[in-house]
Amino acid sequence: MSGWDWAAFRKYLFNLYLLDGAWTTVWLSVAVMAIGLALGLCAALMRMSGHRLPRDLARFYIWLMRGTPLLVQLIIIYTGLPQLGIRLSVIQSALLGLGLNEGAYLAEIIRAGILSVPRGQFDAARAVGMPYWTMLRVVILPQAARVILPPLGNNFNGLLKTTSLASVISLEELLRRSQMLIQLEFKVLEIFVVAACYYLVMTSLWGVVQRRLEAHFGRPYGSSGEPPRRVIDRTLLEQDAR
Amino acid sequence: MPPAEPAVQAQGVHKFYGSLHVLRGIDLEVRRGQVIVVLGPSGSGKSTFLRCLNHLEAIERGSIRICGELIGYRETPAGLVELRDAEVARHRRRIGMVFQQFNLFPHLTALRNIMAGPLHVLRESREAAEAEGRRLLSLVGLPEKAETYPGQLSGGQQQRVAIARALAMRPEVMLFDEPTSALDPEMISEVLEVMTALSKQGMTMIVVTHEMGFARAVANRVVLVDEGRVVEDAAPGDFFTNPQNERTRAFLDKILH
Repeated sequence: MSGWDWAAFRKYLFNLYLLDGAWTTVWLSVAVMAIGLALGLCAALMRMSGHRLPRDLARFYIWLMRGTPLLVQLIIIYTGLPQLGIRLSVIQSALLGLGLNEGAYLAEIIRAGILSVPRGQFDAARAVGMPYWTMLRVVILPQAARVILPPLGNNFNGLLKTTSLASVISLEELLRRSQMLIQLEFKVLEIFVVAACYYLVMTSLWGVVQRRLEAHFGRPYGSSGEPPRRVIDRTLLEQDAR
Repeated sequence: MPPAEPAVQAQGVHKFYGSLHVLRGIDLEVRRGQVIVVLGPSGSGKSTFLRCLNHLEAIERGSIRICGELIGYRETPAGLVELRDAEVARHRRRIGMVFQQFNLFPHLTALRNIMAGPLHVLRESREAAEAEGRRLLSLVGLPEKAETYPGQLSGGQQQRVAIARALAMRPEVMLFDEPTSALDPEMISEVLEVMTALSKQGMTMIVVTHEMGFARAVANRVVLVDEGRVVEDAAPGDFFTNPQNERTRAFLDKILH
């Protein structure tokens, strides 16, 4: 037993090798969130489609992704797919696996956000002649964003930490770099605690960004910060259930 | 009067909600510049009919033409075929609509609400859309509310902004779906004044309302819809003093006490 080494902790706290790993964690999270948002929006819209096929496809995708562990998905993509001749790099595999997984969770959040926009807003947008995509972009999504942001922020916080799973396919993000450094320097506790501190800093900074975003989208509704009256439209829900 | 084609021409319009037969063959013709007030008991189908006119609701039989153009469908040898979303959207540009619940976009200022159509549908320049938006805000008597969000406006003010928003698309026809029914009594007149002014400028209007004073003073024709059919269609004088249909008499008895 060697005890806690403050000098080693301070030394690793500003270690460039680890900081670089933390940077990988950040950009990987941002990229995965972007992919997840695109996939999630598609899946959410397909889930609400009037046609059966897109609805079933989206449901299948969400069911598959949420019903299997992300770790298994990553390993299948990186280690299993080459058996079928599909060879993806570490980064491609991580982006694909994490993105697909994130998209499935975001799909339900985005769908709930869209359903929270009153039916009259769809009517009004259509009545001024907006086609579907214009209506979504100009009228529906900016309003849904208010409802989507809190759970979305929560997901991004989770994602910053979940990217550590990519270490098992040897992606050199923060956790992997910590493990590699430990193999050289044998300061297990100190280095892992430094890694934990980095994660804390990243999630805390995100918390600040998230509060700003929520304030931005809440501005039109007054400074009270009180959520607007949101009626989930029953007809839309029933339509969806069919 | 020139023999121009009618602004609105609805023929034999049928609408079902599942097994519920809401509209049972409505015929209505509105010439340009006319104001039609549509009355009827609740559930008679009058609001549904209005929503069919700009294809917010599909129809099962019949046809609707605005300024001669078939709305929501195209004619084929096999019958009418529903158009794609983008084409329906293009048709809707010519038809303004004002809703009972205003339905202003809450995340946009009053001015931005009015500019939304010109900017994102007509693809006008920001300058042109803003100039037109400010002109329309003055027209409805709210020039100082340009930067105000709907949440900070009274019901009457919101409805006037909603009228301006519809006018910004320079529609041929304006549809009003119970525009004053959600308003406190003291705000009703400010909205009716804007509508009256609009009619004097020659706007073609179809108004579903319970405001009998407005019907008498402004309408060219008053129409009673009951159980999905037009049962009376007359000038306001005849409609209120000498109704032809038994159901019109019963309806008037109820609302005029």
